[in-house]
Amino acid sequence: MADTGTAAVFAAEPAMRAGAEPRGPRPRKVISRRNILIYGTLFVVALYYLLPLYVMIVTSLKGMPEIRLGNIFSPPIEITFEPWVKAWSQACTGLNCDGLSRGFWNSVRITVPSVILSIAIASVNGYALANWKFKGADIFFTILIFGAFIPYQVMLYPIVILLREIGFYGTLTGLVMVHTVFGMPILTLLFRNYFSSLPEELFKAARVDGAGFWGIYFRIMLPMSLPIFVVAVIIQITGIWNDFLFGVVYTRPDVYPMTVQLNNIVNSVQGVKEYNVNMAATLITGLVPLVVYFISGKLFVRGIAAGAVKG
Amino acid sequence: MQEIRRPPRLFKNLNAKVAAIPMILTALVVFVGGTVWTVVYSFTNSRLLPRENFVGLQQYERLWATPRWHVAVENIFIYGACTLVFSLVVGFLLAALMDQKIRFENTFRTIFLYPFALSFIVTGLVWQWILNPQFGIEGIVRSWGWESFSFDPLYNANIVIYGILIAGLWQGTGLVMCLMLAGLRGIDEDIWKAARVDGIPTWKTYLFVVIPMMRPVFVTTLVIIAAGIVKVYDLVVAQTGGGPGIASEVPAKYVYDAMFLSQNLGQGFAASTMMLLSVLVVLIPWAYLEFGGRRKHG
Repeated sequence: MADTGTAAVFAAEPAMRAGAEPRGPRPRKVISRRNILIYGTLFVVALYYLLPLYVMIVTSLKGMPEIRLGNIFSPPIEITFEPWVKAWSQACTGLNCDGLSRGFWNSVRITVPSVILSIAIASVNGYALANWKFKGADIFFTILIFGAFIPYQVMLYPIVILLREIGFYGTLTGLVMVHTVFGMPILTLLFRNYFSSLPEELFKAARVDGAGFWGIYFRIMLPMSLPIFVVAVIIQITGIWNDFLFGVVYTRPDVYPMTVQLNNIVNSVQGVKEYNVNMAATLITGLVPLVVYFISGKLFVRGIAAGAVKG
Repeated sequence: MQEIRRPPRLFKNLNAKVAAIPMILTALVVFVGGTVWTVVYSFTNSRLLPRENFVGLQQYERLWATPRWHVAVENIFIYGACTLVFSLVVGFLLAALMDQKIRFENTFRTIFLYPFALSFIVTGLVWQWILNPQFGIEGIVRSWGWESFSFDPLYNANIVIYGILIAGLWQGTGLVMCLMLAGLRGIDEDIWKAARVDGIPTWKTYLFVVIPMMRPVFVTTLVIIAAGIVKVYDLVVAQTGGGPGIASEVPAKYVYDAMFLSQNLGQGFAASTMMLLSVLVVLIPWAYLEFGGRRKHG
């Protein structure tokens, strides 16, 4: 039904395009078969993509008796927010029963320093690679980029040993360091490419005026590249918030990030399965990256394109 | 004389070198050092703790004699092949549809891409719920009257990997679509005009002109998808936990379980070295094409 509406408004555009062709005017159909096909397909696919989100929301607002009776796609008859409250403050992981809030704050305490530290290091690094190239820099950079493709499993245990040696194994600090290390390839690439694209005259002029390495970075490069910093922040927040493997390997149960705790809540074997609480917990965990995604819009796309196409 | 007047080369451009220390440490200690360490220790019989007791290829022999590893390898091949084919085909078709100068392009893109912002844990748990045989799709179709309808991939050892595939495709196809769309937008408008003047049908233009022109985009997308496939771990843990039985094991999970649950480090190292090898098989030809074969498309 949305299709007919859009097709009607849309009718002007094929006509315009047809005008560019030398073969004379096309019959002006309000609803062409082509448009029905295009919009129909996109609409159906969009439904498939939205379905899980819809099911999550609907399930999390139902009471357990209603879930047992009805089907998962029907909207709630009686809306209740109790599953949300329970997921946040009472759900059990098998170790403790204080809900997802613990994992949420752990994830905040992991994500914030990781994002800041990894971006600070990678941006200075990318700047050094773009503007202050030293001998051998490219070799290390190539290793770094290839390192991004090595399966994490290969490096899991050596990092356990390294962290144990410096006394950070099982702590949030250790996990922050791990995130900084594994965020480095993509971020360094991102910043290096961006700084290389800035006009070189700018850099030369600043050097002539006597600015040094840090002076140029803080006074010229940093203010000029805020968009790319935003892109980096988006990449890192979603990436680190969604991490599961590093969280489960390098932290102890009391500092588990949200994803690990969520998995423990939903997949714990004891007790009756409370599907509404599980879905509320799942939704809460997905909320942070979703909010980042919807707010950032095109920058998110730019971020993955920058990371992916050139990577 | 010369030595005294010239500052040592090490201190030239010192700030940049200091700034690059984290990168150098990461590249050398973690990436190279860690990889070499794991490969070397995969030849030992380490169990609870790494030990330098070299036993040759014993761990690999044991690995390839383990049914669980065979299941894991078979699963990752099925999952990988299907993911490559489906996400490339569906991603490209969606991108081609989106490229028809449609209205609401942003809305559609937002919808197709949002799962990519979600973690594999969230993805796995949602699809675990939708595929729940009692309340999910199977239950609903049965309540419509089709009593014998059966669609319970997560509880059927033969098809469980396809249940995971559905979730994986839901999460990742949006990214492929975005990359493909960027590639399509990079095609010169004149190409389309020329094809239209020559009277070539649209689908033929796509198949014989546009897709060959997008070769670099396809190759890069392929590498990204392939690198993601090898890493599949969280999705399986959340959706099935490797079950039913061992039917949905994957190599990454085998490694984790060997290292951190069953105190069998040597097996973990050997399995992860096999994962590394499989990545190299994809990566080296790609690197050769991309950086070694410049003359081809430079």
